Amino acid sequence: MQMTMIEALNSALTLELERDKRVVLLGQDIGANGGVFRVTEHLQRKFGEERVFDTPLSESAIIGSSVGMAVYGLRPIAEIQFAGFLFVCMNQLVSQAARIRFRSAGAYTCPLVVRAPYGGGVRTPELHSDSLEGVFLQTPGLKVVIPSNPYDAKGLLASAVADPDPVLFLENIKLYRSFRQETPEEHYSIPLGKAKTVQGGTDVSIFAYGAMVNVALEAAKLARQEMGTSVEIIDLRTVWPLDEEAIVNSVEKTGRAIVVHEAPRAGGIGAEVTAIINERCLYSLLKPVGRVTGYDTPYPVPGQEDYYLPTPARVLTALRQVMEP
Amino acid sequence: MTIQQVDPGLVPYQILDVEGNLVREVPELSAERLLSLYRFMQLGRAFSNKIIALQRQGRATTFGSLAGQEATAVGLAAPLQPQDWLATSYREIASLFVKGVPVPTVAYSFRGFIPENWPSESRCLPIQVVIATQMLHAVGLAMAAKIAGDPVVAVGVCGDGATSEGDFNEALNFAGVFQAPVVLVVQNNGWAISVPRNKQCAAPTLAMRGAGFGVPSELVDGNDILAVYDIMQKAVKRARNGQGPTLVETLTYRIGAHTTADDPTRYRDPAEVEAWRAKDPIVRFQKFLTRRDLLNEDRVRQIVEEVEEEVNEAVQIAEAMPPMAPGSFFDYTSATPSPRLQEQRADLLRYIDREG
Repeated sequence: MQMTMIEALNSALTLELERDKRVVLLGQDIGANGGVFRVTEHLQRKFGEERVFDTPLSESAIIGSSVGMAVYGLRPIAEIQFAGFLFVCMNQLVSQAARIRFRSAGAYTCPLVVRAPYGGGVRTPELHSDSLEGVFLQTPGLKVVIPSNPYDAKGLLASAVADPDPVLFLENIKLYRSFRQETPEEHYSIPLGKAKTVQGGTDVSIFAYGAMVNVALEAAKLARQEMGTSVEIIDLRTVWPLDEEAIVNSVEKTGRAIVVHEAPRAGGIGAEVTAIINERCLYSLLKPVGRVTGYDTPYPVPGQEDYYLPTPARVLTALRQVMEP
Repeated sequence: MTIQQVDPGLVPYQILDVEGNLVREVPELSAERLLSLYRFMQLGRAFSNKIIALQRQGRATTFGSLAGQEATAVGLAAPLQPQDWLATSYREIASLFVKGVPVPTVAYSFRGFIPENWPSESRCLPIQVVIATQMLHAVGLAMAAKIAGDPVVAVGVCGDGATSEGDFNEALNFAGVFQAPVVLVVQNNGWAISVPRNKQCAAPTLAMRGAGFGVPSELVDGNDILAVYDIMQKAVKRARNGQGPTLVETLTYRIGAHTTADDPTRYRDPAEVEAWRAKDPIVRFQKFLTRRDLLNEDRVRQIVEEVEEEVNEAVQIAEAMPPMAPGSFFDYTSATPSPRLQEQRADLLRYIDREG
């Protein structure tokens, strides 16, 4: 069936609620309203207020109570309305959800999924567009998943729910409704921690995720037309922990690499990918690794955000640089 | 008396006065049970004294004194059933003993390791160090019990300082909105390290916080074990009967330092400590039990010797337990260590092999 990412996520949540009585959904406006983006539309009507419920406007309590529910044996799926609001619940997410297994030496665990929309280009108010995944690279115990298309979104969300540990599942707002894709109606899962080769190539590897996969595809098309460059595009899908084998295998083949993400550059996914390349396959590199990212500034206001977000043109410029003889 | 009022007022609920005289009816407890509560109080104090002594000898890590707060710690846990959950801070170790966590297991954690045999069936979350976070865990556990339809209650405990944290207030709010079967206990010992209670909050009591969240609350003499027990058993019963959450503030005092790293003479008047020493919760209960012919001087001495022996044995067991394996922190980061973690672990073990 042709589905948008919203529909694919709704389908995944429906199936999880049907399959497993322990699954509960909580968050702000997820009940009657179906979520501000409608990801949870009709779910409260179908599964009842006991299992799909609105909470007070209280992010720390959403995550903190989810920790308790997960320890008890439920499978909470919490929605934080926008990823920018994760700052409000950093303590519960980082010092509690991600550490309860560690703190109890495995006596108690926290199988919790935290869903949050993120990403720019849709003219939102402040802190509604920020990409925070880089912040969680130093949160041991937490996985971070970012799908780039409806099919992956559904399969990755199923794996996130099945995971015995907390997973932060970030959904790009611009991708929610931007295109449809053939997506099975039945349950399936895509393993966490595995990248996907979106397009094979021999000259240069682009590592991207979320909305930047399509930006990379556009740029690759332009580079092929302009320079005849064969670009390999790897969709990281799980940004923490990274699929290091996929990164190394691709760079060993192409000898050139570019990382593309919306998040700020410093200490981010791009920095980590670059470090992995340096540690594991530096001598395969023909050129320094390129990073096309958001800037190290606050995410700009709507009137300026187009200057901030990586575009196909910016990625093309980086491709020209790495392809220089 | 039943819990129903919203603002409990300024007078703490008491069953025993400072001299151990009855001012209200004794809750229904057998002689055996009364003595068992007394013994747990003595066990808590002996444990605290022992770990502090070990810390002085370099044999234990930083430890927060439990002295003076035994009535609250024991009284809050005593009404709980095995299926109930308990989420505490570091000041309620005696509560863990009551709930069935073995003394050697807790002692081991003060060797600087995480007990790998933590009894998950005790339903006690590990000692929480990050202030107030556990109150939300207790509420979540209670919400889950309600969703699952289980007759299970959760108790969350924090100190007076924790009530200034957002999580404490968010926990009360969630507890009220979801009518969670939870009892939230504030163990008000007067001091958050060096900051006194009156600099934490301008309200005359912390119990009155409940009113703003629609959560019934009680103010209790925290050095009166019978009062703490009585209010707790009523609050637990309310929760189990589907009548929702309760906030309980127990008024007590931290006789010792905040931790072994703290020097309270820098910030508080020794006269204040002495005044509270006179209200020692163990002595108060002892006087009551003596008057009832359940204790005498010989019996007290015997119990003190017994618990000291129990603690010494527990420490011996803990010291004989193997240290955590080097690199076991990789094993507890997630269910399946990522390839990177496996590599880092192998790296560490190779280094240890080489360098010893």
